[in-house]
Amino acid sequence: MRAFADLLDRLSLTSSRNAKLTMVRDYLRATPDPDRGWALAALTGELSFDAVKPAFIRKAVEARMDPQLFAWSYDYVGDLAEAVSLVWPAQPGANREPDLSEVIEGLRTATRAEAQGRIEAWLDALPQARERWALLKLVTGGLRVGLSARLAKQATADLGDVPVAEVEELWHALRPPYEDLFAWLEGRSEKPSSANPARFRPAMLAQAIDEAVDFGKLDPTAYAAEWKWDGIRVQAAHEGGQRRLYTRTGDDISRTFPDILDALTDDGVIDGELLVIRDGKVAPFADLQQRLNRKTVDARLMAAFPAAIRAYDLLQEGAHDMRPRPFVERRRRLEAFVARQASPRIDLSPVQPFATWAELAALRARPPEGDPQIAEGLMLKRWDSIYEAGRPKGPWFKWKRDPFLVDAVLMYAQRGHGKRSSYYSDYTFGVWTQDAAGQRSLTPVGKAYFGFTDEELLAIDKFVRDNTVERFGPVRSVRAEPHHGLVFEVAFEGLQRSTRHKSGVAMRFPRIHRIRWDKPPGEADEIAALERLLVQMEGR
Amino acid sequence: MIRPQDLLCPRPEGLYCAPGDFYIDPVRPVDRAVITHGHADHARAGHGAVLATPETLEIMGERYGLDFAGARQAAAYGQPTTRDDVEVTLVPAGHVLGSAQAVVRWKGLTMVVSGDYKRRRDPTCPPFEPIPCDVFISEATFGLPVFRHPDDREEIARLLRSVAQFPERSHLVGAYALGKAQRIIRLLREAGWDQVIHVHGALERLNALYGRHGIELGPLEPATTARKADFAGAIVIAPPSALQDRWSRRFPDPVGAFASGWMQIRARARQRGVELPLVISDHADWDELTATVEELRPGELWITHGREEALARWATLHDIPARALALVGYEDEGDD
Ligand SMILES: [Zn+2]
Repeated sequence: MRAFADLLDRLSLTSSRNAKLTMVRDYLRATPDPDRGWALAALTGELSFDAVKPAFIRKAVEARMDPQLFAWSYDYVGDLAEAVSLVWPAQPGANREPDLSEVIEGLRTATRAEAQGRIEAWLDALPQARERWALLKLVTGGLRVGLSARLAKQATADLGDVPVAEVEELWHALRPPYEDLFAWLEGRSEKPSSANPARFRPAMLAQAIDEAVDFGKLDPTAYAAEWKWDGIRVQAAHEGGQRRLYTRTGDDISRTFPDILDALTDDGVIDGELLVIRDGKVAPFADLQQRLNRKTVDARLMAAFPAAIRAYDLLQEGAHDMRPRPFVERRRRLEAFVARQASPRIDLSPVQPFATWAELAALRARPPEGDPQIAEGLMLKRWDSIYEAGRPKGPWFKWKRDPFLVDAVLMYAQRGHGKRSSYYSDYTFGVWTQDAAGQRSLTPVGKAYFGFTDEELLAIDKFVRDNTVERFGPVRSVRAEPHHGLVFEVAFEGLQRSTRHKSGVAMRFPRIHRIRWDKPPGEADEIAALERLLVQMEGR
Repeated sequence: MIRPQDLLCPRPEGLYCAPGDFYIDPVRPVDRAVITHGHADHARAGHGAVLATPETLEIMGERYGLDFAGARQAAAYGQPTTRDDVEVTLVPAGHVLGSAQAVVRWKGLTMVVSGDYKRRRDPTCPPFEPIPCDVFISEATFGLPVFRHPDDREEIARLLRSVAQFPERSHLVGAYALGKAQRIIRLLREAGWDQVIHVHGALERLNALYGRHGIELGPLEPATTARKADFAGAIVIAPPSALQDRWSRRFPDPVGAFASGWMQIRARARQRGVELPLVISDHADWDELTATVEELRPGELWITHGREEALARWATLHDIPARALALVGYEDEGDD
């Protein structure tokens, strides 16, 4: 457990990609099976436990020390797992120190009640706070150390000096703790077979375009443009009698979308966007959320939220691997393939003709009637591009739509966590509403805690302290009057109807775009502006 | 009936002893001062007369020039000095070279002012000596149960592992100029690192002073003379403030390390951009603070500075009357 804890600790404080690669690679080299395989599974997100809830951990620690002293400690540290790992009264020697595989096996075979007992015993046995921290992060499913699954796979591939795409392609034929993979990479055995039918193919991703630089260099006739749909990027595979649906990171979500897989009658693998489509029209993202994150699905849900794939690409057709073929050819075959399935559950993402970049820019700014009005932007794909795993530079670009902007008034501010715990850094903002009598008041429409610089944070924090009206625990309400208050220009990606919000709308990805120190709150936007936008998005 | 507050009481200048007419570690210039150790927040220049250990007087002379006080009186560890009716004895505090607790006795009453202290082994100074007392006046810089410093040898081993893992990078270790820097160097030597250690100019005089007191620091070189490539694989020790300024740009892709008790908290490390936090402190951690109070079982515990509310609560829960003095002007192991 110590080596794994040290690795997580260093990863979480390191920003350099190369340094992270070195750390993971060295760890995998130095650690024996099966520990390193379990570690790799944890780092790639293949293992996720939610064996215990934070409330349990809190109770366990409060049974061991004065709750007031713990409360002060937690308040100071700001992170529950970290605070508990530090204050836990260790009893080294009480039990044998567990190694990583013992912990993972122990959790996999335990009932929830057993798991809790085991976790307490491990916390007692682990002598270092760092190890207790790693254990708590692992068992609460909060293992975020700033390392992508891809980087972990890259480090693994480096062990055998093979391209990462080879490891990614194999990935779904493998199970933790990956002893066969390490044996192959270290030259001790044959390559594990990736020929399992309907396996995941590593996805090709697009780079964000840099408008100022790239357009000058790109030839518009070399590129196809299509809409970037606002759903979930997926891969649907039908091979050798197996049907599978994967997210773009390879998570298998087949069980919750049988309706889509049934529609895939021919053998092949398509890449597309998972959406809810009613009568040929894309429904708001909120509808798709009704289908995501469900363990089971029934006929009623499938009828109410009919899921579908809007196809972008064809990776495999029958026995033919299409990925080495140019996009222009894959696209032609895709059109025929989708037509053969003849199902409303699989349709085609249209290619949007254009002649010049200026023409395309106009299209992006004012999308035509229908679905394109809620697209996230445009995708550009070189007609001659092969389907290449990862995010290669040049063949594919995404050109996101500009965010929506609204001027809103700061209403409440809340203390942040961790290093921001001494600042008011979470902001609730509102826009104006009018009642029947014409009386104007503010209604909250969203909350944002990023988008500003450290300097701006200090300035807003000062504004909050100088203009506090009332305090409720960590929250302060601030002056927000027509002639006195603070206006934020808030950027957001979309709007949804919401019954949980008093205003009836909820924003997607709101962030502070600009601070309008100059603008009187009375001139901020009205709720009507958001309602118009919502109607435009829904009605089309 | 003699009350403790008749002997020592907090004033804006610092802890004041009325019957002896002197202050302990005053934060403003006073006529007579007893100084526990040479850190800048405890040892200020400009007092009329100063009583301290010979090492502390030497450190103050090195920092402020020999005229830092009107008169200087050296008191070796264990050697009592009497002022009026009051007897003052300096005994080791285990914090840095020359650091002392002030044991103040008057009419049968014993009060101990700990100064800054720690309980674990430090190769650069003699260990803390527990003195039975009626009132123990403790610091509480790390007075929260989250502060539990690991074995310093483990931390040094982590540093050396990182040096081995990234031989093309230099390792820049932030450490306070007085005490911490020399302790890190000694610990590195004990761990078998016998190569040249590069040091920032601000550390040179104190390193030399430690050397004169028999603390063998091994081969040191200024971190200025070498070319950039020469620093690959090197360990460089510098004051914490130098880590973020232009000075650090002369090193190849440096790994920023910082040796401090605050590095226990990840958000603190992140805030300073520290990649390799080394939890090494010259202050007592929570376990040392509570174990010391438990060991001494004083009639009363007074707490000078730091996180006094938690330690006071702990003492109260253990039936030891506690009082927070909330003295200001002492930094939390600040930027030296
Ligand atoms: Zn000190």
